[in-house]
Amino acid sequence: MMNTSGRTRMIAYRLLQAIPAIIGIVIVSFILTRALPGDPAAYFAGPAASSESIEQIRRTMGLDQPLPVQFLAYVKDLVTGDLGHSISTGQPVLTELGARLPASLELTGFALLFSMAVALPLGILAASRPNSWVDHLCRFVVTAGVSLPVFFTGLALVYLFYYLLGWAPSPMGRIDILYLSPPKITGFYVIDSLLAGDLETARAALAQLILPAITLGLFTLAPIARMTRAAMIQILEGEFVRTARAAGLSRRSMLYTYALRNAILPVITTLGMVFSFTLGANVLVEKVFAWPGIGSWAVEALVVSDYAAVQGFVLAMALLFVTINLVIDILYTLIDPRLGMES
Amino acid sequence: MRATTATQVPNTAAKTTAFGRFVRHLGYVMTENPVTALAFGLFLIFVIAAIFGPWLSPHDPLATLSARALQPPSWDHWFGTDQLGRDVFSRVIVATRLDLMIAVTAVAMAFVVGSALGAIAGYFGGWWDRITGRLVDTIMAFPLFVLAMGIVAAAGNTIDNIVYATAIINLPFYARMARAEVNIRRNSGFVQAARLSGNGDWRILAFQLFPNVLPPMMVQISLNLGWAILNAAGLSFIGLGVRPPTPEWGIMVAEGANFIVSGEWWLALFPGLALMLAVFTFNLLGDGLRDLVDPLRRT
Repeated sequence: MMNTSGRTRMIAYRLLQAIPAIIGIVIVSFILTRALPGDPAAYFAGPAASSESIEQIRRTMGLDQPLPVQFLAYVKDLVTGDLGHSISTGQPVLTELGARLPASLELTGFALLFSMAVALPLGILAASRPNSWVDHLCRFVVTAGVSLPVFFTGLALVYLFYYLLGWAPSPMGRIDILYLSPPKITGFYVIDSLLAGDLETARAALAQLILPAITLGLFTLAPIARMTRAAMIQILEGEFVRTARAAGLSRRSMLYTYALRNAILPVITTLGMVFSFTLGANVLVEKVFAWPGIGSWAVEALVVSDYAAVQGFVLAMALLFVTINLVIDILYTLIDPRLGMES
Repeated sequence: MRATTATQVPNTAAKTTAFGRFVRHLGYVMTENPVTALAFGLFLIFVIAAIFGPWLSPHDPLATLSARALQPPSWDHWFGTDQLGRDVFSRVIVATRLDLMIAVTAVAMAFVVGSALGAIAGYFGGWWDRITGRLVDTIMAFPLFVLAMGIVAAAGNTIDNIVYATAIINLPFYARMARAEVNIRRNSGFVQAARLSGNGDWRILAFQLFPNVLPPMMVQISLNLGWAILNAAGLSFIGLGVRPPTPEWGIMVAEGANFIVSGEWWLALFPGLALMLAVFTFNLLGDGLRDLVDPLRRT
């Protein structure tokens, strides 16, 4: 209120800072498209192409031009949303990515909800009761969490909950073949089927989602829990906490109203790094559960050497990551209580 | 300032006592924290398996025999056999060398290149610093595993490229750390003393500043090795780099994944456990090393 202009300026500054990152990403992905093994023109022409048709493709792709001209053409294509065509399906890469992105976002979103719901209380309890069993549990979870290969956790959960216990449906995609996918509104099956009032389909979609989401969530849990614990320990040693305690505040209101609100800031800062790992682990989880998101699509493209698809995927993931970091930083600016008090 | 010079540039007499102190501290850390001792023990086991793996494995890791395909663990095949009748235990043991080789080579390259770039940037500043910083920021702007996928896809699907890709995504950590550690000591007393006694910039950087960067780097290396193993195994899990029938943990888990839904758990479990144990060992080792080199930051 008193300092909205300061915050606006900080947010504008942060938006400007994203520009070099985006330029860097575009340059790297340009280099990656030009670094194809052998001759890109020969590759795109296919194995049976004659030397004239390779030459033809070289000209239509602009590969005979000097590199700066090629780069400008590449940037122009990107701005118009042209990421090339997937060789295996013949569809534009952008269309394919758009069709599969909701599946990946649904998985990542649920995974993060799960890991936040577990990691935040775990970190808070561990910090408020040092050397208790909760603290030891927290330390164990944090160490195990960074050591577990995410694809291995996924397989272990499938074996346990699908094969042995039979609680989970078969780990194949977003929805059992017995059900029709819900009418597309948001692209998130669980939410869409709820919106359509179809509880049965929502339950089926959720059942498919739970195991992959927990797998991914277990992986992201460790850094969040560790950061929450560390931040809370630091805050709880602070003078204002002692004052609050001396003034007779209840333990609960002190922990959750005062300490947590300050401790959440460093946690939000680490979320950026967490997302870097999550987006990578997403690929592996999607492969394990045959989840039809952009990760498993990229893996399939890799297997058939569909490079335009892979590079479109890398670029899309990087831009998504930059956007997420931007949102996190803006969020930080908005909720940091210290900003706006200084001036 | 004299105190700084004395501690940072030890003479020979101080070195022996420093070494003695180091050994005593090592003994203390080992006995104080049994977990660290366990980590060192596990680390030795992995090194032995990596070096002597082919001689230690009871069966030929590549020998197929359809008559004994998909057998559960038994006295003869401790970890069972896979879909082609190969002995899983032998394959897990033999794979140790390849997995550790990929991770160690990648981290070594990242360390050498990254810390050189970072140390130069931190010492000289200016344009070099800006360019290095941009480069590092650009790498970090990608989700790192996805960048590694892109690099391997673009450069070609070979083990060498897995190593390069893993090295590139590890590089920022070393560059940033070296830059920060060199930058804060750039004008400290012992550097000024060295400069006054006629040492050139590069000499100061190599012999005065760089040794100070090493202790925190050792911790970083150990923690990174675990992460590098995970990344390399993840890449081969999605079918990059290592080709069958080469034994490698990631690809073994990938092959075993097809048999999980029909209940043949041993194919994926044992290579997965080996992978997990290796990462766990390096992470614990990293924590132990931190206790060793940086007693203040002990948790």
